[in-house]
Amino acid sequence: MREVAIIGVGQTDVGEHWDKSIRDLAVEAILAARRDAGVDRADALYVGNMLSGELAGQENLATLVADAAGLLPIEAFKIEAACASGGAALRGACLGVASGAHDYALVVGVEKMTDYLTDGVTAALATAADADYEAGFGVSFVALNALLMRRYMHDFKVRHEDFAPFSVNSHANAALNPRAMFRQPITAEDFIRSPVIADPINVLDSSGICDGAAALLVCAASEARGSRRPPVRIAASTCATDTVGLAERRDPLVWQSVADSARLAYDRAKVGPKDIDLFELHDAFTIVSALSLEACGFADRGSALKLAAEGRIARDGDIPVCTLGGLKGRGHPVGASGIYQAVEVVQQLRGEAGAAQVKGAKVGMAQSVGGSGSVAVTHILRI
Amino acid sequence: MELPRHHRMRRTLYRLEGSACPSCAGRFFPPRQVCPACRKDGLRPFAFSGRGTLYSFTRVVQAPRGFGSLAPYAVGMVRLDEGPLITAPLTDVEGADLAIGTPVEMVTRKVKDATDHGYIVYGYKFRPLVRPGPA
Repeated sequence: MREVAIIGVGQTDVGEHWDKSIRDLAVEAILAARRDAGVDRADALYVGNMLSGELAGQENLATLVADAAGLLPIEAFKIEAACASGGAALRGACLGVASGAHDYALVVGVEKMTDYLTDGVTAALATAADADYEAGFGVSFVALNALLMRRYMHDFKVRHEDFAPFSVNSHANAALNPRAMFRQPITAEDFIRSPVIADPINVLDSSGICDGAAALLVCAASEARGSRRPPVRIAASTCATDTVGLAERRDPLVWQSVADSARLAYDRAKVGPKDIDLFELHDAFTIVSALSLEACGFADRGSALKLAAEGRIARDGDIPVCTLGGLKGRGHPVGASGIYQAVEVVQQLRGEAGAAQVKGAKVGMAQSVGGSGSVAVTHILRI
Repeated sequence: MELPRHHRMRRTLYRLEGSACPSCAGRFFPPRQVCPACRKDGLRPFAFSGRGTLYSFTRVVQAPRGFGSLAPYAVGMVRLDEGPLITAPLTDVEGADLAIGTPVEMVTRKVKDATDHGYIVYGYKFRPLVRPGPA
């Protein structure tokens, strides 16, 4: 397998893009990534998206985007893995380039959610759960995470307000990211007072509904030597799965797919948690941040909240997370989030993260989680 | 819910039927063809007793489309007496002080309002265990 590098990144602002369609957003990000790389070549297009069929009534999305971006007749596919779709699309492109099938591949993650009413988006997001045995009973995606959070609070004797540092951190970092949707800092008091969605989860536990697209140009590392921008190597690209139904796990508070994909990634990149300079984790809800840090070896079981309370997840901490706002602060256009994470790790490793820069960052990890921990995609990037 | 889907789920919805593995004695809900523990196929139907204890619970305020008229409503995860966990709506809990560990039992209730297909979907919900009162 050949080594793969990222040589161009692009993104749209994350927000409510009422004047832009799903294809407009995807094209904007692709053009930005190509301009950043200064390379016109692309042998394939991989599109990460979860909800274009469910919301916009648009499948065959990758061909639509390839046409709109002036890329015909290259091969193009959409890759769907619920909220991990972006990460899975990057994984697809890595496999394509590493195998030698392509020399250059474009990856774009795109989602358009704000055209639709909240109850419709809530129902669409619940398609990540088991349609027969979870969503069919009115168990929303938020409800599944709420069930986990209450049990976590019970087992580890913590309070809801103890989760506040995750959201406070994400918003503080988003304030320094001009692309982020929620750029206002919040306090622990704001967190406690925010309205309930499915108790104990409230609005400030949760990533918001939004639109956005982010893109990468990847190529064989051997082709990247003369590139305009410093190439960032993909040291690991891994994916692992667990049951879709949350109740079917031996212990729902152990996110085995997340642990498995992280372990495979550490093995592949020959690093351990201590070598990771920043971690763009999947903070769709604060409980996900806690379970991900524990599954990936940054905290023992039940102790992730302590890590957050001690400020160790801040940009100057020993494991900075969500350094440009994460899903909570930047926004979570679901199928695009995995690509936003990779773009942000590249910005950090190139030293282009502005006021949000993590000093001396050399190794960064990005992780997308789909469903309630049912599929996890992990990438480790190095400069 | 589509009529054929409702029809093929009838034993699960009304009898809480899952699967038992003849090779490793594992019991699973919902039904499966292949045992996730020993990876053998040939699982057989197994009806759970419907008794268990509350593993976790939430009240859904922001409901998905199709469930708005029921909101806010309670949902739980129940540890069935036979071992597996099940995610299901809770009922008869208005004003109840729910707690993890509460004994619960399965009942059959309306799950969703009339669908586009014109019929009402019934299925399992769990309620706090009703103990027989003094004679």
